[in-house]
Amino acid sequence: MKPMLKSVADTTPVPDAAPVQIQVRGVEKTFAVGAQKIVALQNIDLDIRKGEFICLLGPSGCGKSTLLNAVAGFQPPTKGTVTVDGRTITEPGPDRGMVFQEYALFPWMTVAQNVAFGLEIKGMSKAEIAEKVEWLLQKLHLQDFRNRFPKDLSGGMRQRVAIARVLALDSPILLMDEPFGALDALTRRTLQDELLRIWEEVGKTILFVTHSIEESIYLADRIIVMTYRPGTIKRDVVVDMPRPRDGSAPEFNRLKRELSQMVMEEQQRFSQDEIRSVTAD
Amino acid sequence: MSQAKPRFSPAAVARGALVPVLAIVLWQALSSSGLINQVVLPSPVAVVERWWAYLLPTEPYDPAQSSWILWALSGEMLFDAWSSLYRVVLGFAVGAGLALPLGLAMGGNPRVYALFDPLMQVLRPIPPIAYIPLAILWFGLGNPPAVFLIAIGAFFPVLMNTIAGVRHVDGIYLRAARNLGAGRLTMFVRVILPAATPYILAGARIGIGTAFIVVIVSEMIAVNSGLGFRILEAREFMWSDKIIAGMFTIGLLGLAIDIGMNRLNNHLLRWHRGLEN
Repeated sequence: MKPMLKSVADTTPVPDAAPVQIQVRGVEKTFAVGAQKIVALQNIDLDIRKGEFICLLGPSGCGKSTLLNAVAGFQPPTKGTVTVDGRTITEPGPDRGMVFQEYALFPWMTVAQNVAFGLEIKGMSKAEIAEKVEWLLQKLHLQDFRNRFPKDLSGGMRQRVAIARVLALDSPILLMDEPFGALDALTRRTLQDELLRIWEEVGKTILFVTHSIEESIYLADRIIVMTYRPGTIKRDVVVDMPRPRDGSAPEFNRLKRELSQMVMEEQQRFSQDEIRSVTAD
Repeated sequence: MSQAKPRFSPAAVARGALVPVLAIVLWQALSSSGLINQVVLPSPVAVVERWWAYLLPTEPYDPAQSSWILWALSGEMLFDAWSSLYRVVLGFAVGAGLALPLGLAMGGNPRVYALFDPLMQVLRPIPPIAYIPLAILWFGLGNPPAVFLIAIGAFFPVLMNTIAGVRHVDGIYLRAARNLGAGRLTMFVRVILPAATPYILAGARIGIGTAFIVVIVSEMIAVNSGLGFRILEAREFMWSDKIIAGMFTIGLLGLAIDIGMNRLNNHLLRWHRGLEN
């Protein structure tokens, strides 16, 4: 497929001179499902620069979450390495804060306690924790909810708490696994804008998994489109549009069409596979 | 009660009281008819009178002897109820106090589990009542065998639920905590233990229910006080009204324990979803 746009390139141009922070080299991940061996990731090479906002885009089963988990250190790759600032990743750590789709708040802790938890683990003093928690609650508009338990919050509010909780860690890298996937469209847009605002303010590297094409164009500096089984990088697309991006702009729509085509090719392979597996049973 | 929930509206109270009132009327009619011997089935009035007498102090009030409150609480029933409650609480504390750490260790560590599980599986089906001969042989009479039996009754429900609770902790909490940098101790104390509390408290509730059954049985055998002892003693004298009055008191104490546990549950699980309230 030929690139249709100047802004869509097969090779990654260097947006600025920022150093590479996350380096993925020859990563392969296989799972055994019964007697079947599934290649979730194959030959993944990826460089992510400090401060970049990267979206991993693809249909279900393309390995985008597996790749994120490899960077997070939850699932080490079968082959290859992931390094962050030159260190090989072997386990999860607070330098790579993770936001989960299912929020993963601790239901027995209040909003403020959830946000404070990572700081307590770090061994910060009570006064420092209180100050930082307050600042984060203000930043994410949670100050009126500090003593609520997660069960009393809407999905959007819960995800705000989860974001505040990882921001508290001051980790240079944020990993986000379809964080807004379960939210309604309006809440989703609000949180996307807040995430961009925070990102621009604190300058973190963000690796964001999504299956929403629009979301990826709205947010990312670069979109990594992934293939369905084996999961490889199909295309590395630079989104060169000023923010805030206008979803009705012709440039936005052209990119959307182009990405849709790529994602749909993979989605079809996923659907065929699913139908096959059902008829085989 | 809040006004939003008319749980005690007059209509609801009337509906709730209908069957009990009918049952009492039928019972009174049966005893008044003279068809049934008063010793076999005393009338409700006789039972209530006996219950009242059982509640009230046996000695007349003497200001020189004790304070007014102590005198008011000196009735036989309150003493019996207190004795039973004391045994339940002590036995439960011993049983649950042993089961909780063992359950946490077994749930959290497969090697500890492999070590202890066979023994637990063999001991668990033995009803606490079956330990009575051994309890008397080991501890003689009095509180020690009763507390031993109650502790056994409370032990297994708390143990099994603690193991299940630790094992059923949602992996997402563990991942989130590891991501936040939690070490093993923090993970256990701040994440696994609170996540397992709904299970543990459900086990505690079953355990205290079992403890309450066992206390009545053990009082019929090993001790000379308590509600279980009192109803057995009443049988010796053919005081059927006192037997029923005692049973009624046992029911009230069980209800009070259950309400207390429920309150504790609601407080400790105030963060929990799907709480009946």
